[in-house]
Amino acid sequence: MTSRRRDGHPAHAGEALRFRYDGRDYEGRAGDTLAAALLANGVRVVTRSAGLDRPRGVYAAWTEEPNALVQIEKPFPEPMLQATTVELYDGLVATGLRGRGRLADRPDPARYDACHAHCDVLVVGAGPAGLAAASAAAASGARVILADDRPAAGGSLPDTGETVDGVPGARWAAGVLAELAERPEARVLTCTSVFGHYDDNYLVAVERRGEAAASRERIWRIRARRVVLATGAHERPIAFAGNDLPGVMLAGAARAYANRYGVLAGRRAVVFTANDSAYEAARDLAAAGIEIAAVIDARTTVPARLEPGAFPGHVFAGPVLPGHVVTGVGAGPDGSVASVTVSAFSGSGLSGSGLSGEREIEADLLLVSGGWNPVVHLFSQSGGALRFDDGLGAFLPGVSVQPVEAVGAARGVFTLAGCLEDGAAAGARAAEAAGFPAPQRPVPTVIPATVAAGRTAATPPVTPPATPSATPSATLSATPPATPPMALWLVPADDYGTHFVDLQREVTVADVMRATGSGLRSVEHVKRYTTAGTAHDQGKLSGVLTSAIVAHATGVEIGDLGTTTFRAPYVPVSFAALAGRDRGALHDPVRVTSLHSWHVAHGALFENVGQWKRPWYYPRPGEDMDTAVLRECAAVRDGAGAMDASTLGKIDVQGPDAGEFLDRLYTNMMSTLKVGAVRYGVMCRADGMVFDDGTVMRLADDRFLATTTTGNAAAVLDWMEEWLQTEWPSLRVSLTSVTEHWATVALAGPRSREVLAGLAPGLAVDAASFPFMTWRDAEVAGLAARVCRISFSGELAYEINVTAWDGLALWEAVMGTGAVTPYGTETMHVLRAEKGYPIIGQDTDGTVTPADLGMDWIVSKKKADFVGRRSFSRPDTSRPDRKHLVGLLPDDPGLRLPEGAQIVAVSPLPEPPVRALGHVTSSYRSAALGRTFALALVAGGRDRIGERLYVPLGPPGDDPVPVTVTGPVLYDPEGARRDG
Amino acid sequence: MAERVSPLAGFEPVSAEGLRIAEVPFLTQVNLRADPESPAAAALGDALGVPLPAEPGTWARGDADVLWLGPDEWLVVGPPGGAAELESRLRKAAGEARVGVTDVSAQRTTVLVGGSRSRDLLAHGCALDLHPRMFGPGRCAQTSLARAQVVLAAREGGEFAVLVRSSFAAYLWAWLLDAAAEYL
Repeated sequence: MTSRRRDGHPAHAGEALRFRYDGRDYEGRAGDTLAAALLANGVRVVTRSAGLDRPRGVYAAWTEEPNALVQIEKPFPEPMLQATTVELYDGLVATGLRGRGRLADRPDPARYDACHAHCDVLVVGAGPAGLAAASAAAASGARVILADDRPAAGGSLPDTGETVDGVPGARWAAGVLAELAERPEARVLTCTSVFGHYDDNYLVAVERRGEAAASRERIWRIRARRVVLATGAHERPIAFAGNDLPGVMLAGAARAYANRYGVLAGRRAVVFTANDSAYEAARDLAAAGIEIAAVIDARTTVPARLEPGAFPGHVFAGPVLPGHVVTGVGAGPDGSVASVTVSAFSGSGLSGSGLSGEREIEADLLLVSGGWNPVVHLFSQSGGALRFDDGLGAFLPGVSVQPVEAVGAARGVFTLAGCLEDGAAAGARAAEAAGFPAPQRPVPTVIPATVAAGRTAATPPVTPPATPSATPSATLSATPPATPPMALWLVPADDYGTHFVDLQREVTVADVMRATGSGLRSVEHVKRYTTAGTAHDQGKLSGVLTSAIVAHATGVEIGDLGTTTFRAPYVPVSFAALAGRDRGALHDPVRVTSLHSWHVAHGALFENVGQWKRPWYYPRPGEDMDTAVLRECAAVRDGAGAMDASTLGKIDVQGPDAGEFLDRLYTNMMSTLKVGAVRYGVMCRADGMVFDDGTVMRLADDRFLATTTTGNAAAVLDWMEEWLQTEWPSLRVSLTSVTEHWATVALAGPRSREVLAGLAPGLAVDAASFPFMTWRDAEVAGLAARVCRISFSGELAYEINVTAWDGLALWEAVMGTGAVTPYGTETMHVLRAEKGYPIIGQDTDGTVTPADLGMDWIVSKKKADFVGRRSFSRPDTSRPDRKHLVGLLPDDPGLRLPEGAQIVAVSPLPEPPVRALGHVTSSYRSAALGRTFALALVAGGRDRIGERLYVPLGPPGDDPVPVTVTGPVLYDPEGARRDG
Repeated sequence: MAERVSPLAGFEPVSAEGLRIAEVPFLTQVNLRADPESPAAAALGDALGVPLPAEPGTWARGDADVLWLGPDEWLVVGPPGGAAELESRLRKAAGEARVGVTDVSAQRTTVLVGGSRSRDLLAHGCALDLHPRMFGPGRCAQTSLARAQVVLAAREGGEFAVLVRSSFAAYLWAWLLDAAAEYL
């Protein structure tokens, strides 16, 4: 295979890179895309289509590519990338992708991250219009971000080879970047695709930074006061028979390969167009050495200035055929283009009757240009309306709803001079609107000599459309006259089976007509019915074409039909980039208490409670969980144990109305609490269901400290603030979270009093001086502490609070007595369950009232009102068959029921349906009881005490295991142990 | 008395050309709630040597730093060891007026992030615009840094005080060091 590189093209100065494609070794050049390198090596068939197994070639030159999907194998597997956007690197191994890609079978070693950015003006796209806009805006001193998805600035300039200010476009672009680099408030992001445009001018982009960078890809979350969209235009395909074969390519793409990459996409080309721009492409390709076998122009008039002779020095080999269309493509042995069939064309019906004078032209390249679609994706995502311009045959930005403006080709300005002027004006306007008046500066010029030669435009000069929005329309330089484009969407035929609309999804005109024939009228419905526009490219080329064909087939105007919705992301974005650094240890914050290092050093296993790591149990060598927990439980029941209770939520409630406020939120009375006393309380939601529980200390007449469950700390504070701010603003109360100001050590067990006495010699600890449910300020282990006498185990117990800074010292002092066993959350759960104390969120699930828990006593009968009270008078909350919290004792004292197990009344199980009476909420082995036990929510449970129920556990056919219902309090029901 | 331990004790501070990250432990922090229109607010300002900042998102330096947290809420930050004195000074200044004064010194620790790359570092995880035009010295905010809630205060010379809840401090430190890798 001979090289198809242009001799002496500057792009070939790059380093030679070796790569492997579909098992064969090739050589490319630094700066090539994989597609350019494949074309340079004469690879025409890059893959095959997923469903029909048709050969597929490179069709475009950038992100609009519908065909050339590849799977990257090395250096790291990545599925479904476009060969036209993959930057070639040495050692690249890739294969053509047919159908689904394959994710890596190993963790991605690369780093991905994210950055927030803010600016006065964001310019999307660094083509002529975008560069002019960014330059003008930055000159004002405004903060400007210019984001462009290519490695080098210039947009279409390297593709067209045009000149600006007398120098080649690419050099001019580099100069603008150099100027921006000098401006401290300007930031240029290359290789950066802005893929989403959301409310409040919040835009999200992905920057491909490369393997050597600190992060391979970076997500930018940009908030811009003004946005200038200079996103350019996509050349439009035409639907004709065989338009999917390798060798069929957008005319502008072939021009880009020749000019930007110095690569010839073929040897002999037929150009099929309905607008002027393809002539410029043909001229450049002829100059590059591709034989132009014919220019097929669907329009009947070809302006003189575009006839071959108008390009001095370049002559097309074949004729220009006005009023002709391509009606077929002949394939060679490899399935790629070998010849092109053309016919004279009259009329615009849907059948082939208007065609005549068929002839065949030998060619290996068929270049197509159906006109240009402004890239309105981001504009549309921003909420802006689109309108159809009949002159251009394209959808253009209409009225915007955010401070965003489209410029240049993105709004249908297709001359280079026009784009430069449009961009500069918009950039200055945007900066001024953001508060930075821009200085008057000359607009970059397009050199006069080439104007005369008709070389001004990337695409043919067309009078720019008027913009109906408030956006002032730019005054444009004089441009040479143009021949209006013709909106040619498809070539009429009798059989539309190979007129492809979406090449990736293999949707043909026949498929679309089948959809409209079935009665579908909405382009959204047709999209979903046919899948046109749903591939990786999100219909960049096929979307508007689909609309046009639906309009054609249903006899409506395309402008009335509209397009499908443009949605983010504009280009595919990897999940790895979106995840960024939020993975592994940084995926979610780990919250730790001030005692954490001790727990770790002493071998604790941890339980996740929300974001907290709480010690679960402290196994000794050789202990499994059951053994360790039984030992810890026995230590508390028989001696003394200590637990880190620092994670409990703590809310300081201050103000003259604090008591009244708490009375309204808790079901029981708090305002009657005496200073120095503590009370247990339950909070319900308005529906009367238990929401949280905890203790309330009265610190002073106007000050309380409320504790919450660990998991609900933030929710309870929010709940309190909501009531205070929205319903009871007249209450003079303020709330402050002090959860992490305090470290809390729970000291429990019959020996806890003597341990505390030893640590706090100044504190009177006898039961009379320090009774149950009171608190005292004291010095404990030499630390300022607040000690509460409260118990969550039924044992004599204290909670010692010191500042978090002193927590470790307190804990070490407690452990230093040698009399205290550390215990974790599992032991705490067992001990409280033996006493029938529910855990909110474990034994309750938002459908449980205090009465269901057997805690009628916690609901005040005296208070006029409190949150949830009215719900207790609903018939449903007093139904006798509500689920009650009860105890369960399995007949087999060694059997621990699984939490969540269902409970039924009969055994063996009858045929379904079988009524479930409830479920097991907590289940443990008890050291104190010498057996297993469980808590459960059981329908009418309190009326079933003593009854035998059943728990189906085994496979179908096994008999459920028998259990006996008991009251929930299984240990020390008299409360004799509370005082030690 | 046993030694106090700050949440980031044992974590080595970072000091590089463009970036410094260090914990300032044990600062006195008192949460203050008062009606900004009340005479008590003026008295509290007198007691602090600087009026309570009324402009949202600003802080002022008097005898202590006073950070605006909300329309009726401030965080008073002073040197270590002054909580009891500060609390009683504020209560005395308020007299009979209803104010909320709560010692929250150990609730958060302070991380100072300084150096020419400080903004770049914070931009990895803070959605606020920290440009000097928008968030210069004297500005503060309650916001998120990575996935932790923080109070962020801008100081002179591109330095930021990041006040983070004690339980999140180790997470945030790990996150900061990870983000800092490219600037060290």
